[in-house]
Amino acid sequence: MAELTYREAVARGIAQEMARDPDVVFLGEDIGKAGGVFKATVGLYEQFGPLRVRDTPISEQAILGAAMGAAMTGLKPIAEIMFSDFFAVCFDYIANEFAKSRYMSNGQVKCPLVVRTGNGAGSRFGAQHSQSVENWCMMIPGLKVVAPSTPRDVIGLMAAAVRDPDPVIFLEHKSLYSVKGDVPDGEIVDRLGIASIVRPGNDATIVALALMVPRALAAADKLKSEHGIDCEVIDVRSLVPLDTRTILGSVARTHRLFTVEENPRLCGWGAEIVSIVADEAFYELDGPPVRITTPHIPLPAADILEDLALPSVERIVERVKNAMES
Amino acid sequence: MAKIEDRALAPNASLNDDIGEETRLRMYRMQVEIREAEQRAYDLFLQNLVKGTSHLSLGQEAVAAGCAAAMKPGDLSFCTYRGHAHTLARGVPIEKVLGELMQRDNGLMRGKGGSMHLTSVDHGVMGSYAIIGAHLPIACGAAWRAQYKGQKDVSVCFFGDGTTNIGAFHEALNFAAVWKLPVIFVCENNLYMEYTPIGDVTAVPHPAADRAAAYGLPRIVIDGNDADIVYRTAAAAYEKARAGGGPSLIECLTYRYSGHSRADPAKYRPEGELEKWKERDPIKIYRERLKQFGVSEDIIDAIETYARRRVDEATEKCKAAPPPAVEILTTDVYANGGFAWRN
Repeated sequence: MAELTYREAVARGIAQEMARDPDVVFLGEDIGKAGGVFKATVGLYEQFGPLRVRDTPISEQAILGAAMGAAMTGLKPIAEIMFSDFFAVCFDYIANEFAKSRYMSNGQVKCPLVVRTGNGAGSRFGAQHSQSVENWCMMIPGLKVVAPSTPRDVIGLMAAAVRDPDPVIFLEHKSLYSVKGDVPDGEIVDRLGIASIVRPGNDATIVALALMVPRALAAADKLKSEHGIDCEVIDVRSLVPLDTRTILGSVARTHRLFTVEENPRLCGWGAEIVSIVADEAFYELDGPPVRITTPHIPLPAADILEDLALPSVERIVERVKNAMES
Repeated sequence: MAKIEDRALAPNASLNDDIGEETRLRMYRMQVEIREAEQRAYDLFLQNLVKGTSHLSLGQEAVAAGCAAAMKPGDLSFCTYRGHAHTLARGVPIEKVLGELMQRDNGLMRGKGGSMHLTSVDHGVMGSYAIIGAHLPIACGAAWRAQYKGQKDVSVCFFGDGTTNIGAFHEALNFAAVWKLPVIFVCENNLYMEYTPIGDVTAVPHPAADRAAAYGLPRIVIDGNDADIVYRTAAAAYEKARAGGGPSLIECLTYRYSGHSRADPAKYRPEGELEKWKERDPIKIYRERLKQFGVSEDIIDAIETYARRRVDEATEKCKAAPPPAVEILTTDVYANGGFAWRN
């Protein structure tokens, strides 16, 4: 067991897969010699050399296109898009190319690649470097979408993503890079599509993703100690495939559902979960499901405003308490 | 017609020169087959048997034939929505292509892709891409794999003049040049981006070749209606790429006889332009070339008759083929064969 930061776990996760399979290659802007702008890829260039860890020009379309061409013909590329906001300049590959090539070709074309990216708010970077874009990705048939919340899950889900035969969008949360966590020694490999009950509870189910997981956990502690409300917290981990069984099973026990989402409210992933629960577990519910989200706004730069926009521990406590008491 | 700089050798007087008789007859057959199949696609469209859209390469056959004939097995083609010609040129059966256009179960992708996405991995046709420019970076990636694994195949990427004004073109050219990738970019300059003359929207006279210097590549503009010139230029570029010399950008001057797509009657063309280009029809040029080299009219006629018969037979098979099985609606979204996104 070792204590690693989330950013160190990124490098370890990539290294684990590159050491295992010589077909795994890694490309992106400043990822090699510079070790990444978030220092999440430090040491990979030195360990695996310039042929496997390749610095690219600032050309997001070329990065994702090249990853796809390499994946189609036998490599297992990991491509970095520095900020997930930049998906907007290379979205053709995400929405039209990776995701549809297998279907359009009637199964002839394969696209086993990983796009890893810095997602989410908290760094005071403003509206174009802070977004949570998981909902941009999960709506596209053909993609898989994961977002780890702990250093251990970074490694396990990275391994699962690299070994997966489909294109996987791997969303790393920028505000989690410095967070530390215990990581077992040796190889760590997870499966995609498994949610995790990170705190068992009886009174309400709180479903969260990435940075919202530690906030939901902190809120659950307060709700228990200050208000006597015992919440179960689920880390979704994988939006596609989505582990609805774990969520439906939890709601069947607690009879209340809360989602905590960093993405803006409209068409956030929580809406899909609420819809599934309403369809399939309506009579299990003792009250209306509640979505706790960022409002339908671009994110501001100023710390006081950004903090106000994101679901905070206090807001989660308040919303859950009010809903449970009403 | 735009000025042509012929970087290839002038056609040699002997049939058995560097190109040789077998390759020349093959290129003629390819061009005739493409012409017949494309014309048939148009006719079938008028009969409502080809649905959706289609973008024909009538008049541009020499580019497809010359580039494909110079390839080796294992070389990869990346095409656009105007990709029937390049797909056929790699040896994909006519029936498979017409079947896809006619949305039949015998189609290349059983009707799941359609005219704009012809793909036959077994033939090295790694897809036809309908988002302008998307496949240039993808071809770079396939070439990167060859470079990384020490494999000797080349990736050949075809696109139109309109593509030279989109960002992915410039990203891919720089990327390929910096990484010295074995990729060949072939621009088919048919003078119109879609409906608008390319010269009206481009800052330089030659939309591809005049940008080559920006990426440290030589300026190559050739007569795209002469299959021999295309073949020699392509072969030299492939050889350079295989030897580790990096990418090439080839601008082929040609002309499309039909509109941009089935919806376009091409009324924007100046009077007489089409007729002038038809005097330089690639098949006419090549027929004359073969005759100059002493190939008998009988052999040439037999190639043409055979091509027509093959297209006729393919058409009949497609007409008799059933529509796609409804079960395939949800197959092959993910690698496990299905479309499940949840448990």
